[in-house]
Amino acid sequence: MLEKIKQKINESKLQLSIFGVLVIVFVIFIIKNPQTFLSYRIYYAFMSTIPFSAILALSLTPVVILGEIDLSFPSVMGFSAWVFAFVFNQTNNIYLAFVICLAVGMFAGFINSVLIVRVGIPSLILTIGMMFMWRGLVYIASAGQGLSLVGTKGTILYKALVGRIGGQVPAQAIWAVVIAIVFALILNRHRFGAHILYTGDDAVSAKMMGVNVAKVKTIVFMQVGVCAAFVGVLASLEVLYLWASTGEGYLMKSLASVFIGGTSVFGGMGTIFGTFVGAIIMGSLEAGIVVGGISGFWTQFIFGLVIVISLTIYAYMNKRINLGRKLISSIKSLFGRAKK
Amino acid sequence: MKDNAVISPTTLVTTPLVKMVNIHKSYGAVTALNGVDFVIGRNEIVGLIGDNGAGKSTLIKVLTGVEKQDEGKIYWKGKEEEKHTVENSRNIGIETVFQDRALAEKQNIWRNLFMGRELTYGRTGFIKIGQSQKEAIKLLKNMIGFTQSGLTANLGVRGLSGGEKQGIAISRALYFDAQLIILDEPTNNLSLSETNKVLDFVRGVKDHGKSCIFITHSIYHVYSVADRFVVLDRGNTVGEFLKKDVSLDGLVGKLEYVAKHGVLA
Repeated sequence: MLEKIKQKINESKLQLSIFGVLVIVFVIFIIKNPQTFLSYRIYYAFMSTIPFSAILALSLTPVVILGEIDLSFPSVMGFSAWVFAFVFNQTNNIYLAFVICLAVGMFAGFINSVLIVRVGIPSLILTIGMMFMWRGLVYIASAGQGLSLVGTKGTILYKALVGRIGGQVPAQAIWAVVIAIVFALILNRHRFGAHILYTGDDAVSAKMMGVNVAKVKTIVFMQVGVCAAFVGVLASLEVLYLWASTGEGYLMKSLASVFIGGTSVFGGMGTIFGTFVGAIIMGSLEAGIVVGGISGFWTQFIFGLVIVISLTIYAYMNKRINLGRKLISSIKSLFGRAKK
Repeated sequence: MKDNAVISPTTLVTTPLVKMVNIHKSYGAVTALNGVDFVIGRNEIVGLIGDNGAGKSTLIKVLTGVEKQDEGKIYWKGKEEEKHTVENSRNIGIETVFQDRALAEKQNIWRNLFMGRELTYGRTGFIKIGQSQKEAIKLLKNMIGFTQSGLTANLGVRGLSGGEKQGIAISRALYFDAQLIILDEPTNNLSLSETNKVLDFVRGVKDHGKSCIFITHSIYHVYSVADRFVVLDRGNTVGEFLKKDVSLDGLVGKLEYVAKHGVLA
C-alpha cells in the first residue's frame, strides 16, 4: 500500500510541484493582503478573466507535446472574433456568427497544418508569418475600427458563454474547467491522446507502429484554431465590444502557462492539469502583486521569476531521469536519420 | 545470376505465407532495392543476410508498409495486398521488431507495448488502462522473463537496459498473435546472455507454428536458428540456401565472395 502511494507520488511529482507553486503564491497573497484574498470578490474577478488565457493554453498543450509550436493563435483569435462581430452586425444572428467564427478558426488551423505537415515548414517560423498575416487581415478588414456587440446581450448564447451563473459564477470559468477535463481525458485515456504522446516522443517510431502522424498533427493544429476562435468570442462578448487588437497580450501568457505547467519543450511529455494550474498562476500574479501592495513595476520581474523557478525545478527533475542521455541519443539518431 | 547456386525461391517454398515479387525502391538517386524477389514459407525461419547497405532494412520497410515500393507486388497467402500500409500489415498478422526498436522512450512500458494498437473500449477510442497494465506485466514476466524487482507497467522505458528494451519490442510483436514476426538486427548491442535469450525466442516462434524473418549481418547468430538463408547485396538477391545444404563455414565463404564480387561464384 505504502509502495503504491509512493509510486503514485513519483509518477505525479510534476503535477504536485506546480500545485505547490500555486499554493505558495496564494499563501503569499493571503499573508500580504488577507482582506482581499479571503473574500470571494477577487476570485470572481479571476474567474472572469483567467479562462481566456487558460483555454488558449489548454489548446496549446498538445501542440507543445508534439514538439511543435503555434504563435499565430492570438491573431487567429483576433480575426475570428472580427468575423464574429462583423457577421453579427450584418445579420443580427448570433448563432450564425458563432458558427462561421469557429469555422474560420478551424480553417486557419488547417492552413497551418497543411504548411507544416505537408509542405514541411517548421512551425515556429510559419506561425510567426501567420501571426502577422491574420493580424494584418483584421486591420485591413476593420480599418482599425471596433464593432459593438451590445446587441448580443440577452441572447441565450451570450448567457451560456459569458453569463453569470446564479449571479455568482462567470460561465467562462465553467467552460474552462469543462474543456480542461475533456482535454485531460483525451490526452491520458484516449487513443488519440496516446497518438499525440507517441508522435511528440518519437515520430519515426510512431509511424513504424502505424500511428498516422500527419493526421495527428493536422487535428492538433486545427483544434488550436477552433479554441482561439472560441476564446475570441468569449473575450469580445465579455466586454460587449470587438477591438481590432483582440488577442494581443495573450501570446506570452498562454505559452508561459504551458511551460510552467511542466510540458516539455522537447515533446512527448505534458500535463493538462499542469497547464491549467499554470494558467491560474499566470493569471493571478498581476492582480496579486498590485493588491498585495507591491509596485506595479515589479509585475514583469515577478512573472519572469516564477517562470524561471518552475523551469529550473523541472530541469532538475528531468536530469534525475536521464534527460541528458536521452538528448545525446536523440541528437545522434537525428544525424543518423538525416544521412539516409 | 543464372548460376546454379541460385535456386529459384518458388522451388524452396511450396506454400508461401508472403511473396514479394520484383520489388524496386529508390531514394532519390540511390537504388535501395533493384527487383528483389522474396518468399517466406509457413512455419519457416528465414535468415536475411547481407552487408550494411544491402537493402535488408528497406525490404522490411516495404513488407511492413512503412515505405511504399516504387514497383513490384506483395502477396499475403496468395492474395495481392494492394494498399499495403503499416495498419494493414499489422492487421493481416505481420509484427516487426525494428532495428532501433521503435520505442517511444519517454512513455511508460504499457504505452509502448500497445503503441498503435491500443486496447480500447470498443469504438469509443478510450483506452482500457487497467487491463493494458495487467497484460503488460503478464507479458513481460511470462514471455520475456523480466525479473527485475519493482517492475511496473508504469515504468519509463528510457531507464531500461538495451536487453530490456529489446524485450519490450519483442513482447509487443508477440502479443498480437502475429503469423509472421520480423526481427531487424535483434542482437545488436546485446550482451551474450541477452543474445541467447533472443535466439531462444526465435526458436519459440517456430515451435508455435509461426514464421520469422531474422535480419542480421552477423551470420553466426542466425545460422543456429534459421531454416533458410537469403543473401542480399546492393539491392539484389544474390543467393538462397537451405540450411541442410550449407555449412556455417561454407555460408561465410560465400558471403565473403559476394562482398568482393557482388555476385555468387
